[in-house]
Amino acid sequence: MRCLICVEEIVPKVGWGQFLLPQKKINLCEVCSARLARIDLAGCPKCGRVDAEGVCYDCVRWEHSVQYAGCLEKNVSVYMYNEFAREVVARWKYRGDFILIEAFAGALQTTYHQHFRDVGADVVAIPLSEQRFRERGFNQSDAIIAQLGFDAVDFFKRKDSEKQSKRGRRERMGADNPFVLVGEPRKPVLLVDDIYTTGMTVRHLASLLKMNGCPVVYSLTLFR
Amino acid sequence: MPQLFSTRKISSPPLPATLQLIPEQAPHKWIAGKLLTRREIPLLEEELTALVTGGQVQKVLSIEQQRSGYVCRRCGNNKNYLFAAMPHLACQKECVYCRNCIMMGRVLECEPLYLGSPHYPWPAIAEPCAWEGELTDGQTKAADEIVATISKGDSELLVYAVCGAGKTEMLFPGIATALKYGQRVCIATPRTDVVRELAPRLKQAFPLVSIQALYGDSDDKLGDAQLLLSTTHQLYRFAYAFDVMIIDEIDAFPYHNDTSLQFASKRAAKRDAAFVYLTATPRAKEKKRIKRKQLPAVFIAKRFHGYPLPVPRLKLSPFLRKKLVNRSLPKFILQLIRSHQLGGRQLLLFTSTIEYAHLVTEILKPMYPEITSVHAEDPDREEKVRAFRNQAYRILVTTTILERGVTFPSVDVYVLDAGHVVFDEAALVQIAGRAGRSHEDPTGDVFFFHIGKTNAMLDAQEAIIKMNRLGQQS
Repeated sequence: MRCLICVEEIVPKVGWGQFLLPQKKINLCEVCSARLARIDLAGCPKCGRVDAEGVCYDCVRWEHSVQYAGCLEKNVSVYMYNEFAREVVARWKYRGDFILIEAFAGALQTTYHQHFRDVGADVVAIPLSEQRFRERGFNQSDAIIAQLGFDAVDFFKRKDSEKQSKRGRRERMGADNPFVLVGEPRKPVLLVDDIYTTGMTVRHLASLLKMNGCPVVYSLTLFR
Repeated sequence: MPQLFSTRKISSPPLPATLQLIPEQAPHKWIAGKLLTRREIPLLEEELTALVTGGQVQKVLSIEQQRSGYVCRRCGNNKNYLFAAMPHLACQKECVYCRNCIMMGRVLECEPLYLGSPHYPWPAIAEPCAWEGELTDGQTKAADEIVATISKGDSELLVYAVCGAGKTEMLFPGIATALKYGQRVCIATPRTDVVRELAPRLKQAFPLVSIQALYGDSDDKLGDAQLLLSTTHQLYRFAYAFDVMIIDEIDAFPYHNDTSLQFASKRAAKRDAAFVYLTATPRAKEKKRIKRKQLPAVFIAKRFHGYPLPVPRLKLSPFLRKKLVNRSLPKFILQLIRSHQLGGRQLLLFTSTIEYAHLVTEILKPMYPEITSVHAEDPDREEKVRAFRNQAYRILVTTTILERGVTFPSVDVYVLDAGHVVFDEAALVQIAGRAGRSHEDPTGDVFFFHIGKTNAMLDAQEAIIKMNRLGQQS
C-alpha cells in the first residue's frame, strides 16, 4: 500500500487488533492523516466552526438576514481547512488529481453516519458551471457523494459561471442567487460540498429549497 | 496516433520524421520543440488543425498502454501506482491520468499531446559573448573540454568543479560556440534559486541573444528563446528542442533520484545533442561511471580566486536540541554569534527544518534585529535572498534551499544540528562552499554544530581537505 497523498509506502502496524479484527483499508500514511485535522467537537452548532463558543457571530448574522434566516438547519464539516488541506484540495480540485477524494472517504462516511444517517434526506450535489465542468472534468460535490455511496439527486441548475472564490464576502452576500431550482423537494435535503467558507453557496441553495416546500435543509462539507 | 518513442530504456528517442520546418517569421514559432497539452496552446481549434495538417505540429498519444502497464508520454512515468482513473463525462468512461506530472496540469489518456516541430532556423550569431573577464587555468581547461564536447555533439561531459570554481564563467565559451553555429541551448537545474541567480549573469554576458528564464512562477512563460534557463521540471514541456543541454547541480534534489526528470531532460534534447553536467559533489552513480570511463569528466580542484576552500570545524554541542526546545541557544554559540556580529561579515545560519528556522530567528531577533529566515514555501523567498545580498540583513536563517547555487560576497556559515539527516555529505560540502567566494574576501568561518559526529560531517570535511590538497598541486 502507498499513501494516496505523499505516495510513500505505508508500513502497516502489526498487533493483535490487526490479527483478530477485520481490516479497514488504509490509504493514508500516519504523517498525512495526522496533518489532516478532523473536527471532532464543533464549537458552533450551526455551521461547525471550531473556534467558537455557542452559535458564532457569522451564524447570528445569517439568522438576522431576512432572506436567509432559518433556511439552513446546520452544517457539519469533516476536516479543518488548514494549510495542508489547502494544498491537498488544490491538487485534487484545481490540478485535477481525482483519486485524492478516496483519502477523505473513511472520515467522510463516519461523519455522515454520526449526523445524517437517520434524517432520511435526499443527497443533493452543487452544480458546476458548464465551463468549469469542462475544465475540471468532474464535479467535486458529485465525487464526494459517490464516496458516500449515493446517487446524487439533481435539483439545481447554475445561471452564470463566475468563480465564488474570486469574490470577497460582501460581494458574495450581495450577489444574486446563481442557481435555479428544477425539481420539487418534498423530503429533507442534505447538500454536499467540498468547502464551507462563508456559507453563501449552501444558503443560496437552501433558501430555494425552503421556498419550494422542502421541510429541512442540512449541509455536509469536507472542510470548514 | 503515433507513439512518441519506446520506453524500454530511457534514452534519446527518435524524432517523428514527418515534422516540417517552422518558418522564421511564423507567429507560432514558440511551438518549436514543445510538447504541450491542448490547454497549454493558446490557439483556436482551426489554427491548431492547420498546423497539424501543415506538418508543423503532430498529435501524439499522451498515455500509452503497454503490456507492463501504462506509460506517460509527457513525463515517462511507468510506475503503476502513479496512475489513477477518473470518471470522465466528456468521453463517458473511466479515463486514466498520470499523477506524477499533475503539477504541470493533468494529462488524461483521451487527450493527445501536441508536439511542435523542433525544426526552426535559429540565428547563427557571430560574436555572441560580451563577457570580458579572464578564465583561470583550471577554468580554461574545463572551458576547452566543454567547447570540444559541444562542437562534437552527441556526447557527454561531466564538469566536476569545487564550490566557487566559477562554473558559470567556464560555460561561456561553450555557449558562445553553440550560438555561433546557430544552435539552441538549454541550461537546466533542479533549483529555482539557481535559475534566478543565473539569468541576469547570462543576460549580461550574451546581450545579443534571446534569453528566457523558466520556472514555476516566472514571467517568461512562452519559452521561445534561443538560450533557455529552466528548472528541470519545465522540461516536461519540451521535446527534441535543444542542441546543447547543460544540467547544473546534477546531484541536487530532486533531479538525482527522479527518473522522470532525467527522462524529461533527455527528451528535451535533440538526439545528437551534447550534454554537459556540472557539479561540485558528484553522487556515487556518476563517480562509478567516471571510473569505468563511461562518462568523460574534467576536474577543477581550485577556486577561481586560487584560495583554498574553508574547512568546516566541527563543534560538539550536546544540549543544542534541548536548548532549542526551551527557546534558547547554547551559550557558546550565542557568544560566537556575538563576536561574529562585531565584524563586517554577514552570517548564513542553516537549520534542519522550517520550524527550527523560525525558532532560531525568534530567539536571535531581540539581540540582532537585522535578521530574517527563509525556506522553500516562503512567499517572500526571492525578495529576502535579494535583500540579504544587498546587505539589508546581517543574519539569514535558512533551510537547505540555499545550500547551493547562490553567491554572497562575504559570509560565514554556521550549521545547527549538522547531524540531521537532511545534511548529507553533498549538502554539507555545498553549504561550506558558500563561504569565501569573493576575491576580496576569500576566506570564511564554517562551523558545524552537532550533538555527535556523523559520517556525513566527517566525509564532507575530508572531501574538502582532499580537494584543497589537489588544488595546491595543480
